[in-house]
Formats: sequence, C-alpha cells, structure tokens
Amino acid sequence: MNPSPILLSTQTLVHLSFIDLVIIVFYFALVLAIGFILKRSSGTSEDFFLAGREMTAWVAGLAFLSANLGSLELMGWAGNAYKYGILAAHWYWIGAIPAMLFLALVMMPFYYICKTHSVPGYLKLRYGPGAQTLSSISFAFMTVLMSGVNMYAMAVVMKVVLGWNMHTSIWISSITVLLYVALGGLRSAIFNEVLQFFLIWAGALLIPIMGLIEAGGWNGLKARILENLQGLGNAHAGTFTHLWSTLGSFDQNPMGINWVGIVFGLGAIISMGYWTTDFLVVQRVMAAKDLRSAKLAPIIGANFKMMVPFIVILPGLLGLGLLRDGSGHLLQLVSNDVAWKSPALGLHGYDEVLPLMLARYCGSGLLGLGITALIAGFMSGMAGNVSAFTTVWTYDIYGTMINKKATDGQKVKVGRWCTVWGVIISIITAYICREASSIMDYVQALFSFFIAPLFGTVLLGMLWKRATKAGGFWGLFAGTMSSIGMWAWVKFDPGAVRYIALNAAAQDQAQNMFRALWCCLIGVIVLVAVSLVTKPKEDSELEGLVYGATKIPSEGKAAFYQRPLFWAGVTTLIFIVINVYFW
Amino acid sequence: MESKNVLSIWLVVGISLLVNGALILGAGLYELVRPPEVKVVLYEYHASIWWGAILFILGAIYTIRFAPGRHRRELAAEAAAAATTETQAG
Repeated sequence: MNPSPILLSTQTLVHLSFIDLVIIVFYFALVLAIGFILKRSSGTSEDFFLAGREMTAWVAGLAFLSANLGSLELMGWAGNAYKYGILAAHWYWIGAIPAMLFLALVMMPFYYICKTHSVPGYLKLRYGPGAQTLSSISFAFMTVLMSGVNMYAMAVVMKVVLGWNMHTSIWISSITVLLYVALGGLRSAIFNEVLQFFLIWAGALLIPIMGLIEAGGWNGLKARILENLQGLGNAHAGTFTHLWSTLGSFDQNPMGINWVGIVFGLGAIISMGYWTTDFLVVQRVMAAKDLRSAKLAPIIGANFKMMVPFIVILPGLLGLGLLRDGSGHLLQLVSNDVAWKSPALGLHGYDEVLPLMLARYCGSGLLGLGITALIAGFMSGMAGNVSAFTTVWTYDIYGTMINKKATDGQKVKVGRWCTVWGVIISIITAYICREASSIMDYVQALFSFFIAPLFGTVLLGMLWKRATKAGGFWGLFAGTMSSIGMWAWVKFDPGAVRYIALNAAAQDQAQNMFRALWCCLIGVIVLVAVSLVTKPKEDSELEGLVYGATKIPSEGKAAFYQRPLFWAGVTTLIFIVINVYFW
Repeated sequence: MESKNVLSIWLVVGISLLVNGALILGAGLYELVRPPEVKVVLYEYHASIWWGAILFILGAIYTIRFAPGRHRRELAAEAAAAATTETQAG
C-alpha cells in the first residue's frame, strides 16, 4: 500500500492508493443502492416532491444544513479564510444563525400551515400568479444552471486535485445524481444529504485536530500567522484572527468592509434572503412531519452550522500558519485563476488550501474518505438543485401554467422527466463553463439577483396584511431589476463601486453585501408604495398566510426542553459567546 | 422519515461509517507494520488507527441500533401507540 503524501512537485495535488479508491467506489455503490431502495416509497407526488412530509426534526435539520454544505462552499470558504482571515467565519455565524432562528420561529409556521409545495407557491397564495411566475421561472432557470456550475467546478477540482479527466467526472457524477434523484425523489436527495453530512465531518474533522496539535493550540496558531504575515509585509497582519474588532472602518481589515456591511448587508439581508426564501434549503424543512419538527429543524441546523468553521475556516487559517513548500519556505497561495491556468508554474490556488491540508495529515484511507466527502458534497449540491428545480417546475410552472388539472400520477411522471432534463441542462451548462469559465461568475451573480428582493417580498407578505397583489409583484420586480442594474453599473464602470459599496477598495464580498442591502430596500419601498395605493385582500383571504390574520396552531404538549423557543434561546447564547470570544 | 421506510437513514449512515472505519483502520494497521517511505505530517500519531477505530465503533452502534428487523418492530410499536392515543382521545 503506497502512501499518499502531498506531492508539490507534480501537477496533481494528491495521489490515491488502492484503499482510497475502494472507499470512493463504496460511496457510489451506496448512494445508488439508496436510490433503488427508495423508489418503492416514491409513488405519490407528496412522496416524490416532499418526501411524504414525514421527516423528523433531526433529519430535516441535517438535510437543511447539508443542502448548503457543498464542496464549493467548503473549499471556497477555506480559501477565503486563508485570504481574509477569520472574517470569513461571519458567513457561518452572523451570516446564518439569526436567519435560521428567524425562519424557525417566525416564518416556518406560515410555510407549514399553508401547505404549499414551494416558496413560489407561497407567493401565489399571498400575491397571486404574477409574483409566482416571476419567482418560479427565475428560480427554476437559475437552479438548474447552478447545478451545471457545480458539476463543472467538481470536474475542475477533481482534475486539479487528482488529475482526473473532466469528462469522466462530469458524466459519472451526473449519471449517479440522475439515477438516485429520478428514482427516489426528494427522499433520496435528503438521504444522501444526511449521509454527506456525516462523511464531511468524518473526512474533515481530523484536519483541525491535527493542525492545532502541530501549531501548539489556538494561541500558537495566532502567533504563527502573525509571524508569517509580518514576514510577508502584509499591512493587515494583526487582523487575521479578529472577528469584530477590525470592522470599525473599511481600511482596517483585509476584506475592505465595515460592520454596517456585515451586520446589515450580510446578517440582515443576504443571509435572511438565502436561509428563509431560497427554496433549495427551505424545501428540506417543509418536509418535516409536524409543525414542531419544522420549527426545530432550522434550530438543529443552526447549532451544527456554528460548528462548521471548525472544519472550514480553521483549516484555512492553519494553512496560513503552517503550510510550507518542499524546501521549507512559507507556501503562498495565489488566486485560482492564476494557479489553474498555468499548472506548469507549480502554484496553488486559495481554494486548494483544504485539499492541501487534507493531504498534509491524511495517509491511505483517510485521504480517500476526505476526497469522498468532497465528491459527496459536490453531488449532493447537484442533487439539491435538481430536486428543487423539479418541484418548482412541476408545481409552479407545469401545474400552474401548462396543465392545471394534472393528476397526482402525472405530476410524479413529470417530476421524473424534469430530473432527466434538469441533469441534461446541467451537463450542457458544465460544458459551456468549460469553454468559457467566466460564465460561472455570471451564473453565480445572476442567482444572487433574485434572493435579496425575494426576502423583502416574502417577509412583508407574512408580516403586513396591507401588502397587496400589485405591491408584491412590483416590489419583487423593482428589487430584482435594481440588483441587476447595480451589478451591470460596476461591471461597465468599476469606479462605481465607491457608490454601491461606499468604498472604492471594496472586495467582491463587500460589494455583494451592499448590493443586496440596497436592492432589498428598493424592493420593500416599492412594495409599500404600490400597496398603499392599491386595494388589499380581505382578512379572510389571508388566513394561514399573514400574521394577524392567522391562528398559529399549537405545537402540541411538550416539556420546555422540547420546545423550539427554548432551543432558540440556547442557540442564541452560544452564538453570543462565540462572537465575544473571537472578538 | 421512517414511517413508510423500513430503510432508516441512520442505518445507511451506520453502514457507511462502519465500512469506512474498517478500511481506514486496516490501512492504518498496515502502515504500522510497513511504514510508508514518505510519511504525512504527524505520522507518529497514527491518526488512521484511532480515527478509523472511532468511525468503526460509531458505525457499529448505528448499524445495530437501526438494523432493519429492530427498526421494523419499533415502527410497529410506534404505530400501535399512536393508534391507542387516538382511540383514547376519541
């Protein structure tokens, strides 16, 4: 059995041994077996699209979190931690936890009570078909493109890390995803998401443990990072391990952002928009077996989300403090474009920090598990996008615009065919990305256009009885258009960033924060203005959709420690302690 | 999740951890007997052995706890309890 060391002098990052390949093949066999076994229990539309609405809070909560825990996310944020320091952890803490708790306690009752199959479905009930059409078409289109981007990204990573052929990666992953989603529907996707969750922890947890041993604990790591960055003449050397204390002004931290962008852009808009209205994640919670489980699921997800920086952000920081090249000098990572376009130079991209750390500590077997976790993360991301696309297409486009009288059996059949078409479009997108990789950035930017305005529209729809059908449609439309407009403005005139992000030196992440903040505000202002001059619905029509017009059903008899509110309080306390500790 | 499924998600997780744990533990023991020429950093901690063992034990616990026969009996008991509660409420 050969070792699997980091081989910096070769073009691929790691070499797999026979036992590593056995672990990878076992994973593929297991997920296909799951699909075939679950086909038997996916006969009705409720089964196929909402997993029979019978999931426990734990399964729904882990799937809710895992739908977002793809490999692009893991590798990308580990790379961001290397680039920006611990500031990247904001995307896991203030950029997720408040939104997840808000979804659990405030929004989930309405999603659950109205028994809709999707977020566009809620918009139809609340604002009518106009807002639903705008939302469902944009969501379906973007989701399936994102799946293709995911597929392409996986092929690139497998090529860079393992030297695998890109066609092989694309076709094997897509056929596997196609089989298990088409056979078992959402239930199969959720099974694989929960499995992926465990694989990721089993495969990645060893990195921070071994890394902290090598660095001499957290204080030792901080000292090494400071020493390394000072040696490189980095102007922000002392700020990489501080979460809040450097956010007083734009120029005090490596990201070029201040606390306003983090708290309001990220915490109040982007994360709220993503975690409460992106159907890809909300669909998992809608499949819970009862209201209490539906409220507990995001809270369970929030607690695990708080721990994810341990396997994502910490490896990035460990890379900054510990990575050395073959001759013992500090290994400096560069942007992915530079590293991947010229492999002969032997450079490594920021996003390679996680595989680099994996290869640093993991020998035969452990390396296979780590790579399997990355593959599982990619495939799970694709399956999540495809299953969400299938549901929105079948219910909000086919069932609403094409065949309003579709039977249950027809919907399942359409759902299975949608899975096939979704995967085919994803493959085409992956190949388009291969020819022009800048397409990837455009697709990801396009996806972000719809999330922030959607949050304002859904939130006001749930909390404000006066919001009208016309207000909902025009608010969503104006918010989306303003987001596209701001993005295009900066694209054609990079100097415009000083108006959008209030700082000429703002990095991409900072620009996204502020663009989201402004477009959500614009959407809300238009929604309110149009609603005030148009006729609202009667209270009786808003039953089950809006606070004040809805009687929230009881969660059933339960001790205080089984209640969502109690656990939301515990989660909030942990969240505050973590933020203060890393201040 | 399991009301219609004899297959429990936790059984799948258990099997995955069990098999992966066994393979990693085996690889770690092999490397202990025949150390590799190029070693990973902190090789002396033999992470494959103890990490593989942890995964194997966790996997075994989950696999036994959610084995199909036992799981089926639990589902039947839950269904009976729910029916009794409904009858009493009615």
